[in-house]
Amino acid sequence: MRNWWKALTIILLLYTLIGGLLIPVPKQVILYESIRNLYFHVPMWFSMIFLFLMSVVYSIKGLSSNNLSHDIKAKELVNAGIIFGILGTITGSIWAKFTWGAWWVNDVKLNGSAITMLIYLAYIVLRGSLEDEQKRARISGVYNIFAFVLLLVFIGILPRMTDSLHPGNGGNPGFNNYDLDDNMKLVFYPAVIGWILLGWWIASIRIRISKVTQKLEA
Amino acid sequence: MRYITLIGLLFSSFIASSQNVQMAETMRSEGKIYVVIAVLAVILVGLFLYLITIDRKVSKLEKEANI
Repeated sequence: MRNWWKALTIILLLYTLIGGLLIPVPKQVILYESIRNLYFHVPMWFSMIFLFLMSVVYSIKGLSSNNLSHDIKAKELVNAGIIFGILGTITGSIWAKFTWGAWWVNDVKLNGSAITMLIYLAYIVLRGSLEDEQKRARISGVYNIFAFVLLLVFIGILPRMTDSLHPGNGGNPGFNNYDLDDNMKLVFYPAVIGWILLGWWIASIRIRISKVTQKLEA
Repeated sequence: MRYITLIGLLFSSFIASSQNVQMAETMRSEGKIYVVIAVLAVILVGLFLYLITIDRKVSKLEKEANI
């Protein structure tokens, strides 16, 4: 069974949905039941980062081997990652409205993730603007490495150095410290794996479509 | 204004009557959260089926293109 992980994706996400809404969560002021968003909003970002990470891995592979199929993989992984980033932004915005009081606040992590999204949109634009295949693979590959480093800075490092409303950043305790109790871990970890696998599934379909299209055009 | 009071009365009687009636069905317990789960599960399963269909279609195209 070659596609066992696709079945696992479906099982994990259905479990996330049912367990995520039914299993008791810690009672917290301001958050209340919205703490359950943790199973849906946060994995969007984890999936995006995972897809971008795999993309940069293929970019490095492509740069060192000159194999153009790595470039296609890198592009489609970014395309799929952007979808998860957009979903993460929208879900975060809704969550922020009802806990922090505004659709968008001037939080380092929010602005950082917005900048990151623009950087990756620029990757798509840059790649699309180059005609020559070899040149396109090399330039967008190098840009992709640059983009991933900036992602680490904007999402991983900067929010931890200044004040942020997000848990685990700028003196705020992380969910791990006391909020994320054993019940929540029971759902959160499978949720993260499930959403990442779904992102990988979607990206893999995009990669296959891209390869078929390329073959038909050649 | 009269209409608003009328509607208000109507709704208050609704609320009052619903408070008295205890429906012990599963789908009605816990603030009807199971209804939400059912709806979301249908959407999720529907999207999965759609994804599987797309997956199979790509497999067919791959066969035709000899990849």
